[in-house]
Amino acid sequence: MNGHLDLRHDVDAIVIGGSAGGVQALHALLAQLPADFPVPVLVVLHLPRDRPSQIADLLATHCALPVREAIDKMPLEQGVVFAPPDYHLLVEDESSLALSMDEPVLFSRPAIDPLFVSAAAVFSRRLLAILLTGASADGSEGVAAVRRAGGTVWIQQPDDAVASFMPAAALAHAGAEAVLTLKDLCERMAAA
Amino acid sequence: MKDQEVELFDMEVRLLIEAVYLRYHYDFRNYAVSSLRRRMRHAMMRFGCERPSDLQHRLLHEPDVFAQALQYFTVQVSEMFRDPGYFLALRQQVLPVLGTYPSIKLWVAGCSTGEEVWSLAILLAEEGLLERSLIYATDINPESLKLAEAGAFALDRIAGFSRNYVAAGGKRSLSDYYTGAYQGVVFDRGLKKRIVFADHSLATDSVFSEVNLVSCRNVLIYFNRGLQDRAVGLFRDALVPRGFLGLGSKESLQFGMHAHDFELCVPAQRLYRKVVA
Ligand SMILES: C[S@@+](CC[C@H](N)C(=O)[O-])C[C@H]1O[C@@H](n2cnc3c(N)ncnc32)[C@H](O)[C@@H]1O
Repeated sequence: MNGHLDLRHDVDAIVIGGSAGGVQALHALLAQLPADFPVPVLVVLHLPRDRPSQIADLLATHCALPVREAIDKMPLEQGVVFAPPDYHLLVEDESSLALSMDEPVLFSRPAIDPLFVSAAAVFSRRLLAILLTGASADGSEGVAAVRRAGGTVWIQQPDDAVASFMPAAALAHAGAEAVLTLKDLCERMAAA
Repeated sequence: MKDQEVELFDMEVRLLIEAVYLRYHYDFRNYAVSSLRRRMRHAMMRFGCERPSDLQHRLLHEPDVFAQALQYFTVQVSEMFRDPGYFLALRQQVLPVLGTYPSIKLWVAGCSTGEEVWSLAILLAEEGLLERSLIYATDINPESLKLAEAGAFALDRIAGFSRNYVAAGGKRSLSDYYTGAYQGVVFDRGLKKRIVFADHSLATDSVFSEVNLVSCRNVLIYFNRGLQDRAVGLFRDALVPRGFLGLGSKESLQFGMHAHDFELCVPAQRLYRKVVA
Protein backbone atom coordinates (compact mmCIF):
# COMPACT_ATOMS: atom_id res chain seq x y z
CA MET A 1 0.00 0.00 0.00
CA ASN A 2 2.89 2.32 0.80
CA GLY A 3 4.04 2.04 -2.74
CA HIS A 4 1.14 4.28 -3.68
CA LEU A 5 1.15 7.02 -1.19
CA ASP A 6 -0.99 10.00 -2.12
CA LEU A 7 1.24 12.79 -0.88
CA ARG A 8 -1.57 15.33 -0.76
CA HIS A 9 -3.96 13.27 1.30
CA ASP A 10 -2.15 10.49 3.09
CA VAL A 11 0.48 12.48 4.95
CA ASP A 12 0.46 15.57 7.21
CA ALA A 13 4.17 16.29 6.90
CA ILE A 14 7.25 15.31 4.95
CA VAL A 15 10.67 15.28 6.61
CA ILE A 16 13.85 15.10 4.56
CA GLY A 17 17.44 14.51 5.67
CA GLY A 18 20.61 14.88 3.66
CA SER A 19 24.33 15.23 4.19
CA ALA A 20 27.28 15.04 1.78
CA GLY A 21 25.92 15.66 -1.72
CA GLY A 22 22.60 16.69 -0.22
CA VAL A 23 22.45 20.21 -1.62
CA GLN A 24 22.25 19.04 -5.23
CA ALA A 25 19.84 16.23 -4.40
CA LEU A 26 17.54 18.59 -2.51
CA HIS A 27 17.78 21.09 -5.26
CA ALA A 28 16.45 18.53 -7.71
CA LEU A 29 13.77 17.26 -5.33
CA LEU A 30 12.33 20.58 -4.18
CA ALA A 31 12.22 21.90 -7.74
CA GLN A 32 9.56 19.25 -8.49
CA LEU A 33 7.04 20.31 -5.87
CA PRO A 34 4.05 22.16 -7.30
CA ALA A 35 3.27 25.65 -5.97
CA ASP A 36 0.01 24.47 -4.39
CA PHE A 37 1.50 21.49 -2.56
CA PRO A 38 -0.28 21.73 0.79
CA VAL A 39 1.88 19.54 3.03
CA PRO A 40 4.72 21.13 5.07
CA VAL A 41 8.19 19.92 4.12
CA LEU A 42 10.87 20.02 6.85
CA VAL A 43 14.52 19.64 5.98
CA VAL A 44 17.75 18.95 7.85
CA LEU A 45 20.87 19.31 5.80
CA HIS A 46 24.32 18.93 7.35
CA LEU A 47 26.46 21.92 6.51
CA PRO A 48 29.87 23.00 7.73
CA ARG A 49 29.33 25.20 10.80
CA ASP A 50 31.26 28.18 9.45
CA ARG A 51 29.08 28.42 6.33
CA PRO A 52 26.32 30.90 6.94
CA SER A 53 22.75 29.93 6.37
CA GLN A 54 22.22 30.92 2.77
CA ILE A 55 20.98 27.50 1.85
CA ALA A 56 17.31 28.43 2.17
CA ASP A 57 17.81 31.39 -0.18
CA LEU A 58 19.78 29.26 -2.60
CA LEU A 59 17.10 26.60 -2.84
CA ALA A 60 14.24 29.09 -2.86
CA THR A 61 15.19 30.23 -6.34
CA HIS A 62 14.31 26.81 -7.77
CA CYS A 63 11.32 25.94 -5.67
CA ALA A 64 7.75 27.04 -6.37
CA LEU A 65 6.94 26.91 -2.66
CA PRO A 66 8.13 29.38 -0.02
CA VAL A 67 11.45 28.24 1.48
CA ARG A 68 12.32 29.51 4.96
CA GLU A 69 14.67 28.91 7.83
CA ALA A 70 12.98 27.79 11.04
CA ILE A 71 12.28 30.11 13.95
CA ASP A 72 11.28 28.69 17.32
CA LYS A 73 7.52 27.89 17.65
CA MET A 74 6.90 28.83 14.05
CA PRO A 75 3.54 27.54 12.82
CA LEU A 76 3.72 24.41 10.72
CA GLU A 77 2.28 25.43 7.38
CA GLN A 78 2.56 24.98 3.65
CA GLY A 79 6.09 25.43 2.30
CA VAL A 80 9.62 24.24 2.93
CA VAL A 81 11.39 24.89 6.24
CA PHE A 82 15.09 24.33 6.88
CA ALA A 83 16.80 23.71 10.21
CA PRO A 84 18.96 26.75 11.06
CA PRO A 85 22.70 26.23 11.52
CA ASP A 86 23.64 25.09 15.02
CA TYR A 87 20.12 24.17 16.18
CA HIS A 88 18.23 20.91 16.10
CA LEU A 89 14.84 21.25 14.41
CA LEU A 90 11.95 19.50 16.15
CA VAL A 91 8.24 19.06 15.53
CA GLU A 92 6.51 20.31 18.68
CA ASP A 93 2.91 19.39 17.81
CA GLU A 94 0.56 19.20 14.80
CA SER A 95 0.76 22.94 14.34
CA SER A 96 4.21 24.14 15.40
CA LEU A 97 7.96 23.61 15.31
CA ALA A 98 10.57 23.99 18.03
CA LEU A 99 14.34 24.37 18.17
CA SER A 100 16.93 23.04 20.57
CA MET A 101 20.64 23.62 20.95
CA ASP A 102 21.44 20.52 22.91
CA GLU A 103 24.48 18.44 22.11
CA PRO A 104 25.26 17.50 18.49
CA VAL A 105 24.18 14.03 17.33
CA LEU A 106 27.02 12.15 15.62
CA PHE A 107 28.90 15.46 15.38
CA SER A 108 26.02 17.24 13.67
CA ARG A 109 23.77 20.06 14.77
CA PRO A 110 21.30 20.22 13.17
CA ALA A 111 20.93 16.46 12.98
CA ILE A 112 18.43 14.32 11.11
CA ASP A 113 17.55 11.91 13.93
CA PRO A 114 15.97 14.53 16.25
CA LEU A 115 13.77 15.85 13.43
CA PHE A 116 12.62 12.40 12.32
CA VAL A 117 12.08 11.11 15.86
CA SER A 118 10.08 14.19 16.92
CA ALA A 119 8.01 14.14 13.74
CA ALA A 120 7.24 10.43 14.19
CA ALA A 121 5.98 11.12 17.71
CA VAL A 122 3.53 13.73 16.43
CA PHE A 123 2.40 12.35 13.05
CA SER A 124 2.96 8.59 13.41
CA ARG A 125 1.29 6.98 10.34
CA ARG A 126 0.73 10.26 8.55
CA LEU A 127 4.40 11.01 8.01
CA LEU A 128 6.73 10.52 5.07
CA ALA A 129 10.47 10.56 5.76
CA ILE A 130 13.00 10.76 2.95
CA LEU A 131 16.68 10.05 3.56
CA LEU A 132 19.13 11.17 0.90
CA THR A 133 22.83 10.94 0.21
CA GLY A 134 25.36 11.33 3.03
CA ALA A 135 28.50 10.08 4.71
CA SER A 136 27.20 9.97 8.26
CA ALA A 137 25.21 7.45 10.31
CA ASP A 138 22.76 10.20 11.26
CA GLY A 139 19.22 9.37 10.14
CA SER A 140 19.29 5.67 11.04
CA GLU A 141 17.62 6.10 14.43
CA GLY A 142 15.18 8.53 12.90
CA VAL A 143 14.19 6.12 10.15
CA ALA A 144 13.69 3.40 12.74
CA ALA A 145 11.43 5.68 14.81
CA VAL A 146 9.34 6.69 11.80
CA ARG A 147 8.79 3.08 10.80
CA ARG A 148 8.04 2.00 14.37
CA ALA A 149 5.32 4.64 14.54
CA GLY A 150 3.80 3.37 11.29
CA GLY A 151 5.08 6.13 9.00
CA THR A 152 6.55 5.71 5.53
CA VAL A 153 10.26 5.86 4.71
CA TRP A 154 11.82 6.36 1.30
CA ILE A 155 15.58 6.02 1.09
CA GLN A 156 17.77 7.02 -1.78
CA GLN A 157 19.31 3.95 -3.37
CA PRO A 158 22.87 3.88 -1.97
CA ASP A 159 24.63 3.34 -5.32
CA ASP A 160 22.64 6.20 -6.81
CA ALA A 161 23.78 8.55 -4.01
CA VAL A 162 26.85 10.80 -4.14
CA ALA A 163 27.73 9.39 -0.72
CA SER A 164 26.26 5.96 -0.07
CA PHE A 165 27.09 5.53 3.62
CA MET A 166 24.09 7.27 5.15
CA PRO A 167 21.35 5.65 3.09
CA ALA A 168 23.08 2.26 3.34
CA ALA A 169 23.45 2.55 7.12
CA ALA A 170 19.78 3.46 7.57
CA LEU A 171 18.66 0.65 5.31
CA ALA A 172 20.73 -1.88 7.21
CA HIS A 173 19.53 -0.54 10.56
CA ALA A 174 15.83 -0.12 9.91
CA GLY A 175 14.84 -0.82 6.31
CA ALA A 176 12.43 1.28 4.26
CA GLU A 177 9.09 1.19 2.45
CA ALA A 178 10.90 2.06 -0.77
CA VAL A 179 14.49 2.40 -2.01
CA LEU A 180 14.57 4.80 -4.92
CA THR A 181 16.93 6.62 -7.24
CA LEU A 182 16.94 10.40 -7.11
CA LYS A 183 15.16 10.36 -10.43
CA ASP A 184 12.37 8.18 -9.05
CA LEU A 185 12.10 10.36 -5.96
CA CYS A 186 11.79 13.39 -8.20
CA GLU A 187 9.07 11.75 -10.23
CA ARG A 188 7.09 10.96 -7.12
CA MET A 189 7.41 14.56 -5.99
CA ALA A 190 6.37 15.87 -9.38
CA ALA A 191 3.28 13.67 -9.33
CA ALA A 192 2.22 15.08 -5.96
CA MET B 1 -3.34 10.24 15.83
CA LYS B 2 -0.52 9.41 18.23
CA ASP B 3 0.96 6.00 18.14
CA GLN B 4 0.39 3.97 21.33
CA GLU B 5 4.02 3.63 22.25
CA VAL B 6 4.47 7.40 22.07
CA GLU B 7 1.27 7.97 24.00
CA LEU B 8 2.45 5.77 26.84
CA PHE B 9 5.88 7.38 26.88
CA ASP B 10 4.34 10.86 27.03
CA MET B 11 2.03 9.79 29.83
CA GLU B 12 4.95 8.52 31.89
CA VAL B 13 6.94 11.69 31.21
CA ARG B 14 4.02 13.79 32.41
CA LEU B 15 3.77 11.80 35.62
CA LEU B 16 7.53 12.08 36.16
CA ILE B 17 7.41 15.86 35.66
CA GLU B 18 4.51 16.09 38.11
CA ALA B 19 6.46 14.00 40.64
CA VAL B 20 9.52 16.22 40.27
CA TYR B 21 7.33 19.26 40.81
CA LEU B 22 5.72 17.89 43.95
CA ARG B 23 8.94 16.54 45.42
CA TYR B 24 11.52 19.19 44.43
CA HIS B 25 9.45 22.20 43.25
CA TYR B 26 11.14 22.34 39.89
CA ASP B 27 8.44 23.05 37.36
CA PHE B 28 8.96 21.51 33.92
CA ARG B 29 5.22 21.14 33.30
CA ASN B 30 5.11 23.73 30.55
CA TYR B 31 8.30 22.93 28.74
CA ALA B 32 8.23 22.12 25.03
CA VAL B 33 7.38 18.42 24.78
CA SER B 34 9.57 17.79 21.75
CA SER B 35 12.76 18.59 23.62
CA LEU B 36 11.49 17.18 26.93
CA ARG B 37 11.16 13.79 25.26
CA ARG B 38 14.78 14.09 24.13
CA ARG B 39 15.98 15.17 27.57
CA MET B 40 14.14 12.30 29.20
CA ARG B 41 15.64 9.74 26.86
CA HIS B 42 19.11 11.06 27.65
CA ALA B 43 18.48 10.94 31.38
CA MET B 44 17.02 7.43 31.16
CA MET B 45 20.08 6.27 29.29
CA ARG B 46 22.41 7.90 31.81
CA PHE B 47 20.71 6.24 34.78
CA GLY B 48 20.12 2.92 33.07
CA CYS B 49 16.34 3.20 33.22
CA GLU B 50 14.16 1.32 30.78
CA ARG B 51 11.12 3.58 31.15
CA PRO B 52 10.38 7.12 32.36
CA SER B 53 8.44 5.51 35.22
CA ASP B 54 11.60 3.72 36.37
CA LEU B 55 13.43 7.02 36.38
CA GLN B 56 10.54 8.61 38.25
CA HIS B 57 10.90 6.04 41.01
CA ARG B 58 14.58 6.77 41.43
CA LEU B 59 14.07 10.54 41.33
CA LEU B 60 11.45 10.37 44.05
CA HIS B 61 13.55 8.29 46.38
CA GLU B 62 17.10 9.45 45.69
CA PRO B 63 17.63 13.23 45.93
CA ASP B 64 21.19 13.00 44.65
CA VAL B 65 19.95 11.24 41.53
CA PHE B 66 17.61 14.20 41.04
CA ALA B 67 20.54 16.64 41.39
CA GLN B 68 22.39 14.78 38.67
CA ALA B 69 19.31 14.33 36.49
CA LEU B 70 18.73 18.08 36.54
CA GLN B 71 21.85 18.38 34.39
CA TYR B 72 20.02 16.29 31.80
CA PHE B 73 16.63 17.96 32.11
CA THR B 74 18.10 21.34 31.19
CA VAL B 75 20.41 22.17 28.31
CA GLN B 76 23.51 24.03 29.47
CA VAL B 77 25.29 24.65 26.15
CA SER B 78 26.74 28.15 25.97
CA GLU B 79 29.65 30.11 24.57
CA MET B 80 31.29 33.49 25.19
CA PHE B 81 30.15 36.16 22.72
CA ARG B 82 27.95 33.56 21.02
CA ASP B 83 26.57 35.16 17.83
CA PRO B 84 29.14 38.00 17.84
CA GLY B 85 26.72 40.20 15.87
CA TYR B 86 24.43 40.29 18.90
CA PHE B 87 27.18 41.58 21.16
CA LEU B 88 28.33 44.03 18.51
CA ALA B 89 24.77 45.41 18.31
CA LEU B 90 24.66 45.69 22.10
CA ARG B 91 27.94 47.56 22.03
CA GLN B 92 27.05 49.91 19.19
CA GLN B 93 23.32 50.43 19.55
CA VAL B 94 22.22 49.58 23.06
CA LEU B 95 25.00 50.56 25.46
CA PRO B 96 25.21 54.14 24.13
CA VAL B 97 21.55 54.54 25.12
CA LEU B 98 22.00 52.86 28.50
CA GLY B 99 25.04 55.08 29.09
CA THR B 100 22.75 58.08 29.37
CA TYR B 101 21.31 56.68 32.62
CA PRO B 102 23.05 57.36 35.94
CA SER B 103 22.89 53.68 36.83
CA ILE B 104 22.17 50.61 34.75
CA LYS B 105 20.59 47.31 35.69
CA LEU B 106 20.85 44.28 33.42
CA TRP B 107 19.32 40.82 33.75
CA VAL B 108 20.76 37.74 32.09
CA ALA B 109 17.91 35.23 32.45
CA GLY B 110 19.00 31.59 32.04
CA CYS B 111 22.71 32.40 32.33
CA SER B 112 23.77 28.73 32.40
CA THR B 113 27.50 28.38 33.13
CA GLY B 114 28.15 32.12 32.80
CA GLU B 115 29.62 32.61 29.33
CA GLU B 116 27.02 35.19 28.37
CA VAL B 117 27.21 37.22 31.57
CA TRP B 118 31.02 37.37 31.62
CA SER B 119 30.87 38.52 27.98
CA LEU B 120 28.44 41.25 28.94
CA ALA B 121 30.66 42.38 31.84
CA ILE B 122 33.62 42.72 29.46
CA LEU B 123 31.49 44.71 27.05
CA LEU B 124 30.37 47.07 29.83
CA ALA B 125 33.95 47.45 31.07
CA GLU B 126 35.19 48.37 27.60
CA GLU B 127 32.44 50.93 27.16
CA GLY B 128 33.27 52.44 30.54
CA LEU B 129 29.93 51.48 32.07
CA LEU B 130 30.72 48.58 34.36
CA GLU B 131 31.15 50.68 37.50
CA ARG B 132 27.65 52.07 37.07
CA SER B 133 26.10 48.71 36.27
CA LEU B 134 24.51 45.91 38.21
CA ILE B 135 24.01 42.60 36.41
CA TYR B 136 21.63 39.94 37.69
CA ALA B 137 22.56 36.52 36.37
CA THR B 138 19.87 33.95 37.07
CA ASP B 139 19.25 30.29 36.38
CA ILE B 140 17.46 27.29 37.90
CA ASN B 141 20.48 25.01 37.77
CA PRO B 142 22.58 25.31 40.95
CA GLU B 143 25.55 23.47 39.42
CA SER B 144 25.62 25.92 36.52
CA LEU B 145 25.30 28.94 38.79
CA LYS B 146 28.30 27.71 40.78
CA LEU B 147 30.37 27.35 37.62
CA ALA B 148 29.14 30.71 36.33
CA GLU B 149 30.25 32.39 39.51
CA ALA B 150 33.69 30.77 39.35
CA GLY B 151 34.25 32.24 35.89
CA ALA B 152 36.59 29.39 35.00
CA PHE B 153 36.57 27.85 31.54
CA ALA B 154 38.44 24.99 29.91
CA LEU B 155 41.51 25.88 27.89
CA ASP B 156 40.29 24.27 24.68
CA ARG B 157 37.32 26.65 24.52
CA ILE B 158 39.36 29.86 24.69
CA ALA B 159 40.39 30.04 21.02
CA GLY B 160 36.74 30.01 19.96
CA PHE B 161 35.81 32.57 22.62
CA SER B 162 38.64 34.86 21.42
CA ARG B 163 37.49 34.63 17.83
CA ASN B 164 33.96 35.57 18.86
CA TYR B 165 35.28 38.41 21.04
CA VAL B 166 37.14 39.95 18.10
CA ALA B 167 34.11 39.56 15.83
CA ALA B 168 32.01 41.24 18.54
CA GLY B 169 34.15 44.36 18.28
CA GLY B 170 36.48 43.53 21.20
CA LYS B 171 38.82 46.42 21.87
CA ARG B 172 41.69 44.55 23.48
CA SER B 173 42.74 40.95 23.64
CA LEU B 174 40.50 38.51 25.47
CA SER B 175 43.62 37.31 27.30
CA ASP B 176 43.75 40.67 29.11
CA TYR B 177 40.74 39.47 31.09
CA TYR B 178 41.86 36.07 32.32
CA THR B 179 44.76 34.31 33.92
CA GLY B 180 45.80 30.77 33.20
CA ALA B 181 45.02 28.27 35.88
CA TYR B 182 45.24 24.54 36.20
CA GLN B 183 43.79 23.15 32.93
CA GLY B 184 41.90 26.33 32.20
CA VAL B 185 41.56 30.04 32.62
CA VAL B 186 39.92 32.15 35.29
CA PHE B 187 38.37 35.50 34.45
CA ASP B 188 39.29 38.66 36.31
CA ARG B 189 37.50 38.98 39.68
CA GLY B 190 37.14 42.71 39.03
CA LEU B 191 34.56 41.95 36.34
CA LYS B 192 32.48 40.06 38.86
CA LYS B 193 32.13 42.86 41.38
CA ARG B 194 29.00 44.07 39.61
CA ILE B 195 27.39 40.67 39.01
CA VAL B 196 24.84 39.06 41.33
CA PHE B 197 24.24 35.36 40.71
CA ALA B 198 20.89 34.06 41.86
CA ASP B 199 18.52 31.13 41.64
CA HIS B 200 15.39 32.27 39.80
CA SER B 201 12.89 30.36 37.70
CA LEU B 202 11.04 31.94 34.83
CA ALA B 203 8.39 29.26 35.37
CA THR B 204 7.56 29.90 39.03
CA ASP B 205 9.21 33.09 40.33
CA SER B 206 8.22 36.71 39.85
CA VAL B 207 9.87 40.00 38.97
CA PHE B 208 12.55 41.00 41.50
CA SER B 209 13.85 44.33 40.21
CA GLU B 210 13.42 47.00 37.62
CA VAL B 211 15.97 46.63 34.80
CA ASN B 212 17.12 48.44 31.65
CA LEU B 213 18.06 45.36 29.65
CA VAL B 214 17.04 41.71 29.70
CA SER B 215 19.15 39.24 27.78
CA CYS B 216 17.42 35.86 27.58
CA ARG B 217 18.96 33.76 24.88
CA ASN B 218 18.18 30.17 23.98
CA VAL B 219 16.08 29.62 27.07
CA LEU B 220 12.61 30.28 25.67
CA ILE B 221 13.10 27.61 23.00
CA TYR B 222 12.70 24.99 25.75
CA PHE B 223 9.33 26.39 26.83
CA ASN B 224 5.90 25.85 25.31
CA ARG B 225 4.02 28.92 24.15
CA GLY B 226 2.13 29.42 27.39
CA LEU B 227 5.32 29.42 29.45
CA GLN B 228 7.03 31.67 26.89
CA ASP B 229 4.19 34.13 27.41
CA ARG B 230 4.71 33.99 31.17
CA ALA B 231 8.45 34.62 30.86
CA VAL B 232 8.09 37.45 28.35
CA GLY B 233 5.43 38.97 30.63
CA LEU B 234 8.00 38.99 33.45
CA PHE B 235 10.51 40.71 31.18
CA ARG B 236 7.94 43.33 30.20
CA ASP B 237 7.07 43.99 33.83
CA ALA B 238 10.73 44.18 34.87
CA LEU B 239 11.80 46.51 32.07
CA VAL B 240 11.72 50.29 32.36
CA PRO B 241 9.78 52.07 29.60
CA ARG B 242 11.82 51.78 26.40
CA GLY B 243 13.95 49.07 28.04
CA PHE B 244 15.73 46.50 25.86
CA LEU B 245 15.10 42.79 25.44
CA GLY B 246 17.54 40.52 23.59
CA LEU B 247 16.63 36.99 22.48
CA GLY B 248 18.49 34.14 20.82
CA SER B 249 19.06 34.42 17.08
CA LYS B 250 16.24 31.99 16.20
CA GLU B 251 13.75 33.17 18.80
CA SER B 252 10.95 35.64 18.15
CA LEU B 253 8.15 37.38 20.02
CA GLN B 254 5.89 37.30 16.97
CA PHE B 255 4.12 34.04 17.87
CA GLY B 256 3.42 35.04 21.47
CA MET B 257 0.81 37.13 23.26
CA HIS B 258 3.17 39.99 24.15
CA ALA B 259 4.25 40.76 20.59
CA HIS B 260 2.63 44.19 20.79
CA ASP B 261 4.37 45.19 23.99
CA PHE B 262 7.68 45.30 22.15
CA GLU B 263 9.10 46.62 18.90
CA LEU B 264 12.13 45.27 17.07
CA CYS B 265 15.05 47.67 17.26
CA VAL B 266 17.79 45.52 15.69
CA PRO B 267 15.81 42.90 13.74
CA ALA B 268 18.78 40.83 12.59
CA GLN B 269 19.95 40.39 16.19
CA ARG B 270 16.55 39.88 17.79
CA LEU B 271 16.88 42.99 19.94
CA TYR B 272 13.57 44.52 21.02
CA ARG B 273 12.48 47.58 22.96
CA LYS B 274 9.51 47.79 25.24
CA VAL B 275 6.92 50.17 23.84
CA VAL B 276 5.33 52.73 26.11
CA ALA B 277 1.67 51.92 26.53
C1 LIG C 1 21.05 26.72 26.46
S1 LIG C 1 21.26 27.53 28.00
C2 LIG C 1 21.43 29.24 27.49
C3 LIG C 1 22.74 29.82 27.88
C4 LIG C 1 23.00 31.23 27.39
N1 LIG C 1 21.91 32.13 27.67
C5 LIG C 1 23.35 31.26 25.92
O1 LIG C 1 22.53 31.59 25.08
O2 LIG C 1 24.48 30.90 25.59
C6 LIG C 1 19.63 27.44 28.72
C7 LIG C 1 19.60 27.76 30.21
O3 LIG C 1 18.25 28.01 30.63
C8 LIG C 1 18.11 27.55 31.96
N2 LIG C 1 16.70 27.40 32.29
C9 LIG C 1 15.87 26.38 31.96
N3 LIG C 1 14.66 26.57 32.52
C10 LIG C 1 14.71 27.75 33.19
C11 LIG C 1 13.77 28.48 33.97
N4 LIG C 1 12.53 28.02 34.17
N5 LIG C 1 14.16 29.65 34.52
C12 LIG C 1 15.42 30.12 34.31
N6 LIG C 1 16.35 29.47 33.60
C13 LIG C 1 16.00 28.29 33.04
C14 LIG C 1 18.88 26.25 31.94
O4 LIG C 1 19.21 25.81 33.24
C15 LIG C 1 20.10 26.63 31.09
O5 LIG C 1 21.15 27.06 31.89
